Amino acid sequence: MPASSATAETFLSPPHAILLAFPVAFSWAAVASDITYLNSAVVQWSHFSAWLVAGTALFGALVLVWAIVAFLFARRSGNRGRALTYLVLIAAMWVLSVLNSLHHARDAWGSVGTLGLALSIVTALLALMAAFVGHSAVRREAVR
Amino acid sequence: MSARTFAVAALALALAACGSERGLDQQGSEPELPKLSQTLIPTINIASPAGWNGAVPTVPDGFTITALATDLKIPRQMLVLPNGDILVAEGSGGGAPRVRPKDVIAGILKSRGKSDVEGGDRITLLRDADRDGVVEERTVFIDGLNAPYGLALVGSDLYVANQDALLRFEYRDGATQITTPGREVTKLPSELNHHWTKALTASPDGSMLYVGIGSNSNAAERGMMAEQDRAVVWEIDPATGRHRQYASGLRNPTALDFNPVTGELWAVVNERDEIGPELVPDYLTSVREGAFYGWPYSYWGPNVDPRVRPQKPELVRRAVAPDYALGSHVAALGLAFADGPVLGSRFAEGAFVGMHGSWNRSNLAGYKVVWIPFSRGRPAGKPVDFVTGFLDGEGNARGRPVGVAIDPLGGALLIADDLSNTVWRVAPTARRVPAGAPSG
Repeated sequence: MPASSATAETFLSPPHAILLAFPVAFSWAAVASDITYLNSAVVQWSHFSAWLVAGTALFGALVLVWAIVAFLFARRSGNRGRALTYLVLIAAMWVLSVLNSLHHARDAWGSVGTLGLALSIVTALLALMAAFVGHSAVRREAVR
Repeated sequence: MSARTFAVAALALALAACGSERGLDQQGSEPELPKLSQTLIPTINIASPAGWNGAVPTVPDGFTITALATDLKIPRQMLVLPNGDILVAEGSGGGAPRVRPKDVIAGILKSRGKSDVEGGDRITLLRDADRDGVVEERTVFIDGLNAPYGLALVGSDLYVANQDALLRFEYRDGATQITTPGREVTKLPSELNHHWTKALTASPDGSMLYVGIGSNSNAAERGMMAEQDRAVVWEIDPATGRHRQYASGLRNPTALDFNPVTGELWAVVNERDEIGPELVPDYLTSVREGAFYGWPYSYWGPNVDPRVRPQKPELVRRAVAPDYALGSHVAALGLAFADGPVLGSRFAEGAFVGMHGSWNRSNLAGYKVVWIPFSRGRPAGKPVDFVTGFLDGEGNARGRPVGVAIDPLGGALLIADDLSNTVWRVAPTARRVPAGAPSG
């Protein structure tokens, strides 16, 4: 293997990476609490879901701002494509989480139901995919 | 905004699809009920407060309205004493914890439609001995209460329904103040107190008291554990404080009164929100002993609310449909049966209903006092507007009616208005004094 001075790096800055952790964790926790509510009809779980989904939307908004900035500052074309994919995933995740927040603001069973769970699952998958793209290493050429 | 109302419109797709009003006939014994629809964002349109600025509510020809008392502290229900003195319960209770993001946001939005005066936690006495609509004496009758609402007098026993307990005070004819603390007849359910008002009335013979206890949620979203002893009417023996559940499934029974013709207990009840602008009609109904009126499992008899799980088909099967729909989201908070032609022969048999006004529909509803004509003890005909003008025509509210009470000695209807903190008095216009007669 040829020796290389390239370093493995992502285009996520540390604060960006930290913020991204929240929607990933919250959205999957929301899926779990949605399922628990649908299995138990214990309303406390629907309240947990409502907060988790709202948290996903809140942190999703912050991540979205970072994603836009990261896209604008992605100079290298290789990075640019990845940053665009990432931005699209984050944007979709955020829009769905906002819609899901409104859905989860309904009362009792109406807050979750089939549609609420479906929205939660798609949001969580998008968050996970975005995180995967964001955290994948970018090959970087040696500094001149 | 030009109209100074604020409307949180749903995303266009959600509203266009299901938030529209169809102009259904929802008044009377068989209201038209649309299919239920949940919009993405609940429609919220509360009339913004605007002052009266010298204007007064609109009354029918032949009647005059005057502000009997102003600068009250959230007047809600009233009681006219045998000597004509008027008691006004002032206060604002509740304070259930906010457990969802929605509770926080809805709380902020709904508070914009309310007076910013703090509840008085007291009862004010108004004395207008010559019945000219001008109060000569006004005192704090009982102070240090806890969100008092329902009032009833049986003999010399004055009952006050705080938001957490039923109290008894000794009343002496002509008293303008009571300083001895009340005796607790019984505690009332007050956990959470989402719907905190405790409506109260006494049976005609004075042997029993009836207390309306509202639900702890809109549609059981706090779980049924929170609904123990809620959405019910209690019958209380004043001698012992013992109570029993008289009727159930009444989401928020905000005012109780006895029908003078049939001797039955009647109530106005506020039904649930967020399943459409024309669901569910608030209603006026006789309260039948042992009957279940649907909440939360169903509305208007057997119409199931799918938001409530687990469902209870066996209860829905025996759910009683109420007697008379008042319209969706009108928020009926006042009820007073007429017992004879105190306000003229047109208003001799029937009931006055105070409507606080809607938040959960784009076309404002309620915000007025209506007359429901009765015949032989049953509702007979559509509601008739009695006092209107609480909205200023630009969608702002100058006042919001709550309790209504008939003053038989003064020949007047009294209306508590908890937005402008006023008690209004509506009476037949006095005959013109002949020219040359001494004025005064």
